[in-house]
Amino acid sequence: MYRYDQYDQAIVDARVAEFRDQVARRIAGEMNDDQFKPLRLKNGLYLQLHAYMLRVAIPYGTLNSKQVRKLAHIARTYDRGYGHITTRQNIQYNWIKLEQAPDILAELATVEMHAIQTSGESIRNISADQYAGAAADEICDPRAWAELLRQYTTFHPEFSYLPRKFKIAITAADDDRAAIKLHDVGLKIVRNAAGELGFEVYVGGGMGRTPFVAPLIRPFLPADRICSYLEAVLRVWNRHGRRDNIHKQRIKILVHDLGGEEFTRQVEAEWQAIAPQMDDIPMKEFDRIAAYFTPPAFETGLSDEIDLSDPDFARWVKHNVHAHKQPGYAIATISLKAIGEIPGDISADQIDVVADLTERYSLDDLRATHAQNLVLPHVRKSDLYTVWQILRDHDLATASLDLVTDIIACPGLDYCSLANARSIPIAQKIADRFAAYDVQNDLGELKIKISGCINACGHHHVGHIGILGVDRKGTENYQLLLGGSGAEDASLGKITGPGFDEDGIVDAVGRTIDKYRAIRADGERFLDTYRRVGFEPFKEAIYG
Amino acid sequence: MKIITGNDLKTGAVIWWAGDGWSPHVEDSVDVGETGETLLARETAALRVNGGYVVEATQTPEGIRPDHIKERIRALGPTVRLDLSLKPADPTAGDWVI
Repeated sequence: MYRYDQYDQAIVDARVAEFRDQVARRIAGEMNDDQFKPLRLKNGLYLQLHAYMLRVAIPYGTLNSKQVRKLAHIARTYDRGYGHITTRQNIQYNWIKLEQAPDILAELATVEMHAIQTSGESIRNISADQYAGAAADEICDPRAWAELLRQYTTFHPEFSYLPRKFKIAITAADDDRAAIKLHDVGLKIVRNAAGELGFEVYVGGGMGRTPFVAPLIRPFLPADRICSYLEAVLRVWNRHGRRDNIHKQRIKILVHDLGGEEFTRQVEAEWQAIAPQMDDIPMKEFDRIAAYFTPPAFETGLSDEIDLSDPDFARWVKHNVHAHKQPGYAIATISLKAIGEIPGDISADQIDVVADLTERYSLDDLRATHAQNLVLPHVRKSDLYTVWQILRDHDLATASLDLVTDIIACPGLDYCSLANARSIPIAQKIADRFAAYDVQNDLGELKIKISGCINACGHHHVGHIGILGVDRKGTENYQLLLGGSGAEDASLGKITGPGFDEDGIVDAVGRTIDKYRAIRADGERFLDTYRRVGFEPFKEAIYG
Repeated sequence: MKIITGNDLKTGAVIWWAGDGWSPHVEDSVDVGETGETLLARETAALRVNGGYVVEATQTPEGIRPDHIKERIRALGPTVRLDLSLKPADPTAGDWVI
């Protein structure tokens, strides 16, 4: 993985010192909250419903064991013993004291971590395929490009005062595990007919109040031109972005208003204008970064056999273990979706267990996923049973990846000051209803995603079944959406009709699933059935 | 009635205006009538509260209850982690929120 050089470390250390001074001035009354708020947000510090919340960046979701142990230490020392994995592959802590925030950032800096650009109108953490560098189906490791873009965009003047936040995702496989079409910029690494590396460039996707699936604006951009092309995209947005209306500031609105074709024309014109005046990042610099992402020293000659005689282990392997590019290795997903627990939450003790597994069994490599799970990307198949036993003993081995109980849920009104309704209790009730393994296994892939407000941190627009919490005259109400997907077959869910109360929405999900069971064809996922029969049969089943 | 909530500047803890200072317990709140904004300006300037705002509440036999669920959750803590709430020993505490 990438390691800081002296410049990276100096930048992060200086940022900690700067923020320490800013916090001291705020506590001393030398700044009011209006002056301080944008400064704390630039360091990932929010004021939430119960306390300050610190969101820590995990670039493209990658961590080593030393960093993981530090995250456990922070949870234990400065928070209330746990953290929460977010839908941008970050981790956040819910009970932070302002006066301790600089100390936490200083601790993070000792392990090459920070909270820069996890909030505010900036380029947020660049997310990536959680299987990057391990997946059998990828063209190359996309994280080297993500790191290049991270370095290029961090503190770049053109990107420091954007009209609104900006999110980039990158993948290098046909299976889209990073929801690239739901990002401001989505990049898919491809090869052209000549075998050259490049990007499919998608611009203008997003969720929130006004969701869009991003159009493809360039089917092949030579890889070494990515920085100038991205700058052209952002310059067009900077020029026309609606700074006058917070609900129309995201680039997706501009792309929609101009139309994909006109937006593309303007980007191409801008690119032609600026390209002669600027150099793209020299490939020598990319090669320097890429060297950090060379494959680890895999053992060779390992067996691909896995003893599946333990039925519980066999279930876990079936759902949570995926193909690795290296013979004898596998990718193992650690579930943070134990039945009845809070999606994405992990205790300090569990984090320490994960750190040990990362170091001992995964070549010191761990990933956070946008689906609020963790991944050990490089596990010898011969070690899988031992790894599973340890995970099982710490309630981290739920065999449910992409099944009905593997629910994405934002913190909702239990924690978030923007939320209108609670998300977590809905996730817990649905998980309880479908807890039986045989039921989940029978239903197959079924992605439920829950947001507590229209900002859509829980990705409800792209759930096969999506749930949106709204405020209805001071009480919680939940709308049901069907037919969304955040994968390569991206689509936006459609609202079924009038909303439900807390128990009603769980029953409505139940009726939706009952209908699916009744009409599905052999081998059809829920989403396949929905796309085949359409909206009305489900609506009739839900509302009668 | 109208009551005031906000967060402690240094710790971020939820606090409620109790008439002569700030309390972590909503039941200590007092009706501020139409003086809320003036009080808030004074307390904010004195660095005793951050992000304060006035909310509607009702005096019930069980005590003061904010009218909106958001402030009831602020008053109690996360309903999904009652062990971290102000009433960790009461498994039914969440009922008050709903």
